[in-house]
Amino acid sequence: MYLSIVALPLMGAITAGLFGRFVGPKGAGFITTGCVGLAALFSITTVYEVGLSGSPVYVTVAPWIHSEWLDASWGFLFDSLTTSMLVIVTGISALVHCYATGYMSHDPHIPRFMAYLSLFTFFMLMLITAENFVQMFLGWEGVGLCSYLLINFWYTRIQANKAAMKAMIVNRVGDFGFALGIFGFYATFHTVDFATLFAQIPAYVAVHGDAWITVLCLFLFVGAVGKSAQLGLHTWLPDAMEGPTPVSALIHAATMVTAGIFMMIRCSPLFEYAPTALIVVTIFGAMTAFMAATTGMLQNDLKKVIAYSTCSQLGYMAFAVGLSQYSVSMFHLMNHAYFKALLFLSAGSVIHAVADEQDMRRMGGLLRLLPYTYVMMLIGSMALMGFPFLTGFYSKDVILEVAYAHYSVAGTFAHWLGVISAFFTAFYSFRLIYFTFFRDTNAYRTTIEHAHDAPFAMGFPLFVLSLGALFGGYLTRDAIIGPGSNYWGNAIVTLPEHAILLDAEWIPLSIKWIPLVFSLGGATLAVILYHGFAPVVHAIQLSPLGRELTLFFTKKWLFDRVYNECIVPVALRFGYTTTYKALDKGLIEHFGPFGVSNAVEKLVENVRQLHSGYIYHAAFWMITALFIGLLFITPGFDLRLLWILMISILFVVEREKTNA
Amino acid sequence: MHEWLLISAPLFGFGLVGIGLNRKNVVVLLLSIELMLLALNLNWIGFSIAMDDSYGQLFALFVITVAAAESAIGLGLLVVYYRVRGTIAMDWVNVLKG
Repeated sequence: MYLSIVALPLMGAITAGLFGRFVGPKGAGFITTGCVGLAALFSITTVYEVGLSGSPVYVTVAPWIHSEWLDASWGFLFDSLTTSMLVIVTGISALVHCYATGYMSHDPHIPRFMAYLSLFTFFMLMLITAENFVQMFLGWEGVGLCSYLLINFWYTRIQANKAAMKAMIVNRVGDFGFALGIFGFYATFHTVDFATLFAQIPAYVAVHGDAWITVLCLFLFVGAVGKSAQLGLHTWLPDAMEGPTPVSALIHAATMVTAGIFMMIRCSPLFEYAPTALIVVTIFGAMTAFMAATTGMLQNDLKKVIAYSTCSQLGYMAFAVGLSQYSVSMFHLMNHAYFKALLFLSAGSVIHAVADEQDMRRMGGLLRLLPYTYVMMLIGSMALMGFPFLTGFYSKDVILEVAYAHYSVAGTFAHWLGVISAFFTAFYSFRLIYFTFFRDTNAYRTTIEHAHDAPFAMGFPLFVLSLGALFGGYLTRDAIIGPGSNYWGNAIVTLPEHAILLDAEWIPLSIKWIPLVFSLGGATLAVILYHGFAPVVHAIQLSPLGRELTLFFTKKWLFDRVYNECIVPVALRFGYTTTYKALDKGLIEHFGPFGVSNAVEKLVENVRQLHSGYIYHAAFWMITALFIGLLFITPGFDLRLLWILMISILFVVEREKTNA
Repeated sequence: MHEWLLISAPLFGFGLVGIGLNRKNVVVLLLSIELMLLALNLNWIGFSIAMDDSYGQLFALFVITVAAAESAIGLGLLVVYYRVRGTIAMDWVNVLKG
């Protein structure tokens, strides 16, 4: 059963991808949804067996790369961390599969789409069930590949091509860091197996100090920065919204982008012994949360607002990791998956209803037309902004509380940036709802006339996810982050001096109220500003300072521009002139493949000259060979002399040739 | 003792060098082979006497027989070759070349 969780999506992908012509669009949708749905049911069973009953499963299927110390096996590790992720990945994937059959119903390439979705699910499952770094890296690259394929699904659109390439290339930077981290750990500890590696760390740190572990953990963090869209390498995530909306929901919100966070949580025994790396993670996470929240505030594309929201929430998860509160981070990851998938799928429902229009400024007044979608969007937004007793409330507030209770510079920094981000989160969430559903409509009449609420295939996943967004946090809270809960077993390691979950319970009540006040304030401000004072907002945006600020935020803090003008040309030039022209096609090719083949050709030509066909030449070589043969049986003859003899013969031949 | 080696070894060497350096014609080649076989015979006989073992002389007789047969075949080939190619100069014997 455990292995079939991983295998079923692959079988679905193969069936839909290779035999899509035979099973047809409906069949492909049915098969892939069924496979992933079955995997989701199995995953729920694993949560009972592994998470609640506390019996981790460790399956080593076959050796993969066994060379001296390198011990990469096809192995599957199901501990509490894995099973928690399993439920999220397979559950949301199954719902998104179901949703996609409705959303993509007019597309001629449904089998291909379903195959990519299932393949993505398979790679994601490989990533989270991996028992060693190499297999995790396989899943890591596989999800990157599927992300590329799915962003580029409508491959005739130039924007989709560009976004897909950007996602691939930006992720490559992170992957490079991740790979360096793996190499470093392998070079130091001679293993890529998680259990073997983690067991060595405390002793290593006790003897050698934590400097080297810190460096390696920072490499791993670079990988997480790429995959989880942290500050610096986040630019690909908003652009990835060029893909179909189910893709955005599954990959670029709920599952793949959390792979970096998951990897850091999986490596908690490493990060725990690298306090400096943890501080860096905290600072970067907090800055990501703030940057993305402020950018999302002024975006006009419906999906880009939610994408920046994802980026911001990933920042929260990262700084929770940085504060050593891995369980809290994982809890937020799970909760975020529910409500962000809900938000994206609702956004997809809106986009589906208004003839693929994504610009919020051209929507409005959809409340009467899409009441169901509106309710779902409202639930998602409320959960996202941390409205009391909804899912986001339980994880986000705990994250901010532990940040305060960390009583360190990094913790306080993260706390305040997090609180301010919470304000902006609520602001853009309600700006989005107001623009889409309440404002007088700006859409075309034909669009409005044809607007329809979600059909069953799209509506059902929304309903299930809304249950998660409403009750998921409340129901799982005590198991996952309750003090004294043994849910995690040995899956997460937190040093005793880093355990501050209890301290967070005793921080001043006023501090605990701050996030809620900021969230409600942000939401109220958004509605009041855009409902009653729209001309004032307009005037502010047109004033000199307001104009600069608006441009700064709508241009996404100018990250893309700085990259395109300062970093990309340098990298491109270096890549072409140095690594490609001078090294790959120059030095390496000259002395490598072509050098060897040229040398062999020359040697063969020399040997060929010996075969002239004259009897006296043949006789001469026969006799020479006879003597060389006799040398072998001569007692006391050193074989090294034979080499000297043969090489000198070649020299003689060479001279003969040049003389001739 | 073993004085006969002083004759047979150079004799064998001349035959060997004759094969290798012969650029004249096929007859010289046959002559060189005969020379080597005779040097060999001298060795057989010499060692047979030194070791008081008559098998060596017996073998020398065999070798002479083989040598006679070989020169008969060789000369026969030579005649046929001359009829076909009109020459027996070694420089033209290069059809071995693939």
